[in-house]
Amino acid sequence: MESAVHTGPTILEMRDITKEFPGVKALEDVTLTVRAGEIHAVCGENGAGKSTLMKVLSGVYPHGSYSGEIIYQGKEVRFSNIRSSEAVGIAIIHQELALIPLLSITENIFLGNEPTRFGVIDWIQAKKRAIELLARVGLQDDPDTLVKNIGVGKQQLVEIAKALNKSVKLLILDEPTAALNESDSQHLLDLLRGLQGKGITSIMISHKLNEIEAIADSITILRDGRTIETLDVDADGVDEDRIIRGMVGRVLEHRFPERNSKIGDVFFEVKNWNVQHPQVSERMVVKNSSFSVRRGEVVGFAGLMGAGRTELAMSIFGRAYGNYLSGQLFKDGKEIKLHNVHEAIEAGLAYVSEDRKALGLNLLDDIKRSIVSAKLSKISSVDVVDDVEEYQLAEAYRKSLRIKTPSVDEGVNKLSGGNQQKVVLAKWMFTDPDLLILDEPTRGIDVGAKTEIYGIIRDLAAQGMGIIMISSELPELLGVSDRILTIFEGRITNDLLVEQATPENLMRSMTSSDKKATVR
Amino acid sequence: MSQQTTVVPKKSGGIRDLTKMFGGSQSTGRQFGILGALIVIIVLFEILTKGKTLDPVNLINLVNGNAYVLILAVGMVMVIIAGHIDLSVGSVAAFVGIVVAKSMFVGHFPWPAAMLVGLILGALVGAWQGWWVAYVGVPAFIVTLAGMLLFRGANQFIGNSTTVPVPDAFTFIGGGFLPDFGPDFGFSNPTLILGLLVAIAIVWQERRLRRAQELMGADKAPLWVSVVKLVVLLGVVAFATYLFASGRVGTSYPVSGIVLAVLVLGYSFLTQNTIIGRHIYAVGGNWRAAELSGVNIRRVNFFVIANMSVIASVAGMLWIARSVASGPGDGVGWELDAIAAVFIGGAAVSGGIGTITGSIIGGLVIAVLNNGLQLLGVGSDRVQMIKGLVLLVAVGVDVYSKRQGKPSIIGLLTRGRKSYLDETPIPATPQGTQTPTPTGGAQDTVRPKDLTPEGD
Repeated sequence: MESAVHTGPTILEMRDITKEFPGVKALEDVTLTVRAGEIHAVCGENGAGKSTLMKVLSGVYPHGSYSGEIIYQGKEVRFSNIRSSEAVGIAIIHQELALIPLLSITENIFLGNEPTRFGVIDWIQAKKRAIELLARVGLQDDPDTLVKNIGVGKQQLVEIAKALNKSVKLLILDEPTAALNESDSQHLLDLLRGLQGKGITSIMISHKLNEIEAIADSITILRDGRTIETLDVDADGVDEDRIIRGMVGRVLEHRFPERNSKIGDVFFEVKNWNVQHPQVSERMVVKNSSFSVRRGEVVGFAGLMGAGRTELAMSIFGRAYGNYLSGQLFKDGKEIKLHNVHEAIEAGLAYVSEDRKALGLNLLDDIKRSIVSAKLSKISSVDVVDDVEEYQLAEAYRKSLRIKTPSVDEGVNKLSGGNQQKVVLAKWMFTDPDLLILDEPTRGIDVGAKTEIYGIIRDLAAQGMGIIMISSELPELLGVSDRILTIFEGRITNDLLVEQATPENLMRSMTSSDKKATVR
Repeated sequence: MSQQTTVVPKKSGGIRDLTKMFGGSQSTGRQFGILGALIVIIVLFEILTKGKTLDPVNLINLVNGNAYVLILAVGMVMVIIAGHIDLSVGSVAAFVGIVVAKSMFVGHFPWPAAMLVGLILGALVGAWQGWWVAYVGVPAFIVTLAGMLLFRGANQFIGNSTTVPVPDAFTFIGGGFLPDFGPDFGFSNPTLILGLLVAIAIVWQERRLRRAQELMGADKAPLWVSVVKLVVLLGVVAFATYLFASGRVGTSYPVSGIVLAVLVLGYSFLTQNTIIGRHIYAVGGNWRAAELSGVNIRRVNFFVIANMSVIASVAGMLWIARSVASGPGDGVGWELDAIAAVFIGGAAVSGGIGTITGSIIGGLVIAVLNNGLQLLGVGSDRVQMIKGLVLLVAVGVDVYSKRQGKPSIIGLLTRGRKSYLDETPIPATPQGTQTPTPTGGAQDTVRPKDLTPEGD
């Protein structure tokens, strides 16, 4: 990696930042020093304070709500809101994109910043400028396209174009690649490097350590609201294990639990499964897919985003997605027909969604009610819920899954991502499934919690549950699965025992439909 | 992402338990603040009107005159929790009212049969509206806006835009009292018995709560908390019983109030303790997550909308019983009174949050305000203006305090009492104690065994 650029002068220094929320110290004497022209990664487990620190920097938390000082380009700055930080060239791109889906790319880029002539928006000027900006981020789309019609990867680029329009000097990206597939991620990272060449400094928060290792010049590690260390990637010889050690304060020798597989007989089969897109009926999302799951087996689903993994899983789970066309499900040798989610749950299926907040939880609810919500009948008599049993069960899950919370009466919205995910897992374990489908079970959660989730998955498999795990992270699939299926454009393109699978042959099957490697 | 680095364990009991008296976890905060506001308003008017507010006659009038709105609020809060709104309740009440009145006046139905007709009609109207909302997918706002016009017109069509009187026997449910019996102590005996029953129920409920806490293995609230709670509640019950029992001879706690109380208790139980109740909250909180948890969303939507019309029919019958006739202008604007009560009582516009108890308290705030201002001789023009501002301020204060990151009004009230709670932080690293999983398996793989702590 090229590293000549990052020896510039200091552009930003955050000194002794302390930020308190009622009852909680989110940041304590945090320092962050960023040199001009570098890509600076901020790492830490969930709840370490990364996002809070970035919110302090961008003025979301205004001056006065924290203590400490921010020196930017040699002067102390005191931001009262996001606009005032944008005025000096600091732009933040949040985890959740702030684009308006029903407006066009141009309209989004210039939102709140519209070029005007005589007080009227000058759309010709805006469009010209939009095309220039899109070219800079490598997008060829028509600037009149509505944002809802472009993928999430391109939306991310539009966000960056929007920042560039405001002549950004310091770009803050919060988990920019969390929702992107490998190729979109790669494109984004290339773009960041390109911007670096043009003198733009970037601060990047990411959980994807391989990306950080590949792109960052320096890394600041936060833990429990404190700065642990700042590493110079070239000088300190940083690798993933080194970063993880800093983040968790302990050596993770084995990130994946031992495989103690006791694989039994095939108990669940899908045959010739075909599903249409819910709106566009000529589009086939799942094409003639067949596979089987054995008891005690973890089956990994590998595929790029949009390949149809989630669609396949959700359509099996009581037709929760798309229009079912044809195909059969067999459980324990008998055909089962599942018309809705309720029937699927009764048949012993469970589906943990990839989108915890939108599809997995009712964020207004508390922990104990969330845990029992998918099978209330289990703790009810004559439709009256037994609240004592509910509490006891929730307590038992809190202890066994080690959900970090003072009480199961707390709202799930107060939990960190990893703990929310444990609540979702508990919710589905509570339904006593035979087949547990996990869709991106570790997305957006920190390394420590990931390891715990892997442990839970293997533990459930050891109890004889069949598990399907969909994941975008190949190391995770290779570390946890017993067998991996690859999906490409709605078809299952390969079926490999984990011993036969390598990142290379998986990636090959994930990007083309010819079956080169061994087929069982 | 949570900013928590240390967590303070919450003791079950104490002030927090008191908040739990008023509904479950969904909206503990605002109702408690609103209850405080209600008490302040009552005391304020009691002083301003020189004792007329808590006069037994006035109190009985207050209950009789507002029972229909409070009953509507019971149904409305469920509609709003599920994320809908119902604008048709006033028209539906008027429509059912005229049909019930005519069935008795023209058709000479005995009053129980007429009531049954009213309830069935309410159910049919509800099924009609519920079908459009749940199965066709038209937003409830539109369906019930249509219903508002449709059933208002139907009322006037059936009644020829005239007033139809109801027989005396029927007026019992709207303006009647319990028949007195037994020896004369100078109080209404049935009211005294009612008060006693309520007191017994409260004690029994508290016992049940303590036993449940014991079974849960949670830290039990200290005994004094329960005692204080009981003393306060029983004091309130005794005082209210005394007031209602010492009205004019022949009066008692009104029958409409009993209908209200039965509905409040029944639906509170339904929303808090039954599967359908949980499902209503789930659909309002996040319908997509609810759907993926196996909740039949259509059934829930159908239920809340249909149920609302049944409740509106009860309110309509109560109203014609009290006003001794059904007219073309009955129920105009009721939907807005009910909606205001629900929002003052802590429900969220976006759904998922709200309780029956809160909505009743919200409705009482409006009722006492109305009544007190009238006693003071304030004109209805100014009463409306004040009511509008109260609604705005009540919801505004809550929105503001939530945005400030403060928990809610209750958070402000109890802030100074933190020392009451045990402040020992839970260790940041979880203890490696072995606990059995609920699914019965061994747990060793759950814990990453290979993690070795490394000092800084």
